[in-house]
Amino acid sequence: MTTTAPEATNGGSTAAGAVPTGRGTQGAWWTPYVFMAPYLALFVIFVAIPAVYGFWISLHQWEYFGAPIFLGVENYVRLFAEGSQRGAAFWQSMRATGIFVVLSVPLLLVLPLLVALVLNLRLRGRTFFRAVYFTPYVLGVAVVGLLWRFLGDPNIGAINYLLGRIGFASNYPWTTALPWGWILLTVLTVWWTLGFNTVIYLAGLQEIPREQYEAASVDGANAWNRFWHVTLPGLRRVLVFVVTVTVLASANMFGQAFLVTQGAPGNRTRTAVMLIAEEGLGSFRLGSAAAMSYILALFLMGGSLLLWGFFRRWEDEA
Amino acid sequence: MTAVDHEPDQTTAAATGDAGVQPRRPWTRPLGYAVLILLSVIYLAPLLWMLSTSFKTSPEATRWPLELLPSQITTAAYELLFRPGTDTPVLRWFLNSMIAATAHAVLVVATAAPAAYALARMDFRGKKLLFGVILSTLFIPPIIFLVPNYLIVDTFGWLDSLWAVIVPQAAGALGVFLLRQFFLGLPDELEEAALIDGANQFQVFWRVVLPLSKPALATLLVLAFLTNWNDFLWPVYVLFNPDSLTLPPGLARLQGAYTVNYPVIMAGGVIASAPVIALFVFAQRYVIEGVARSGLKG
Repeated sequence: MTTTAPEATNGGSTAAGAVPTGRGTQGAWWTPYVFMAPYLALFVIFVAIPAVYGFWISLHQWEYFGAPIFLGVENYVRLFAEGSQRGAAFWQSMRATGIFVVLSVPLLLVLPLLVALVLNLRLRGRTFFRAVYFTPYVLGVAVVGLLWRFLGDPNIGAINYLLGRIGFASNYPWTTALPWGWILLTVLTVWWTLGFNTVIYLAGLQEIPREQYEAASVDGANAWNRFWHVTLPGLRRVLVFVVTVTVLASANMFGQAFLVTQGAPGNRTRTAVMLIAEEGLGSFRLGSAAAMSYILALFLMGGSLLLWGFFRRWEDEA
Repeated sequence: MTAVDHEPDQTTAAATGDAGVQPRRPWTRPLGYAVLILLSVIYLAPLLWMLSTSFKTSPEATRWPLELLPSQITTAAYELLFRPGTDTPVLRWFLNSMIAATAHAVLVVATAAPAAYALARMDFRGKKLLFGVILSTLFIPPIIFLVPNYLIVDTFGWLDSLWAVIVPQAAGALGVFLLRQFFLGLPDELEEAALIDGANQFQVFWRVVLPLSKPALATLLVLAFLTNWNDFLWPVYVLFNPDSLTLPPGLARLQGAYTVNYPVIMAGGVIASAPVIALFVFAQRYVIEGVARSGLKG
């Protein structure tokens, strides 16, 4: 769609052709490796090794103190076994994660797009407004979690107070019961991260050439048609990114539930990441936690592949 | 805020000239403003509520009807937090966060920049493979690193120390990608001229490329600082002693220690927010541009 985008991202031409490759200018053969070395050291120690080491751990029973005992795939089998306590807790946390993804992702895709569309109208002060909506994201989940725990406090929180003032009940159990807990977690997450997606959408909107809108208008397209046939296709690449990042972020939700509901009621808002962290680094059942993390990872990677497949299909149709 | 008001648009919208859609209907403009202002209230009110509550007494903060402003401003909550010898040494956490986030950001830029430069501008054996492997890790869910990295950090003796929150996350691939993308876009001529003048690759990198890359380096520096300042899960589990904590796990502990003494908890929130809000106001352009670019290149 956008004619400039492929060139800008590809960069292949510069890498292949323009670099002076004459021996005199390239320097010694080891020069590039020296440039790579500091980062590679970090990469090997904290990414490459743990990716494999984690799998090795998942094949063992290991309680941190004491030696690991080899179990084979037992840690995995247990998660799927009928009547297994560990398995039940794990799938409950997976369910909680799924619920949160289903509740939060649609809102986090649609609302920021609407905000970006309004910001894309040439209104005065839009840079200021954009900054305002982005601010909570800069604060991080710890501050946002504390703040919303306070706002949502069932007894003295501002949310219940305001609801009471406009004629609703004023005692909703936002932090202790369902569905209220999910609603609060979803609202606070939307409030927290809306600005992030908005900024990305807005950058994407600004890449769409204005001529396309003008051409569409000349053809008699109304606002809805222009959105459907110019804006959305123009945002395709940005959408792939936003959808993937948003789904993964929601599926990795931790801080909000950790601080606001603390998993209540009865661990029903305890997400998979929260359970894995507790299991591994709280209770030191390292092998079991590692196995859970690989299963969660498989789900997430499978989900991403499905999404990309969907977008590729969309690309082909267009 | 107003000083930098129009700057970010110049860069993101440079390609398309004056970007944005001209409103066509007479009611679009007022309606647009109404939405933006209403949303601003929803965004600012909770933050101002946090600030206001931090200056209230505990009984006043939890008494209905709620009052927007403290009837009498008190700094009791802050004094409690700043008092030495408690289990919640917020000033210490603040200092720890400052040290960790700064060191982390410097480490990220110092390691990512040369690596990204080699990947963007040099030919060497194994480059494609290396780039492919680094790229692929972007798609690995970070949760699988939690347990093994805990043990690795433990073998270095870094548990309960700031090293644990400074170093491991610097292995992330995002910085390398952002900078590689930037280096790919630089014109070749300057480097070629310097090389012909007899400079070696290290001198070219240090004297020509890095000075040209200040905006990209600043963007990465700011983003890495913010990410580290706000990191939550990892520090909650690798830092234990009250004196070792950074602000995010500290705030969680504060919530446990003062359950419903909301002025104290909100004061903690204000202390943790102030530096990043200040940074955001001054470096807004870098933050927003960095985020916007990550989406466009994704």
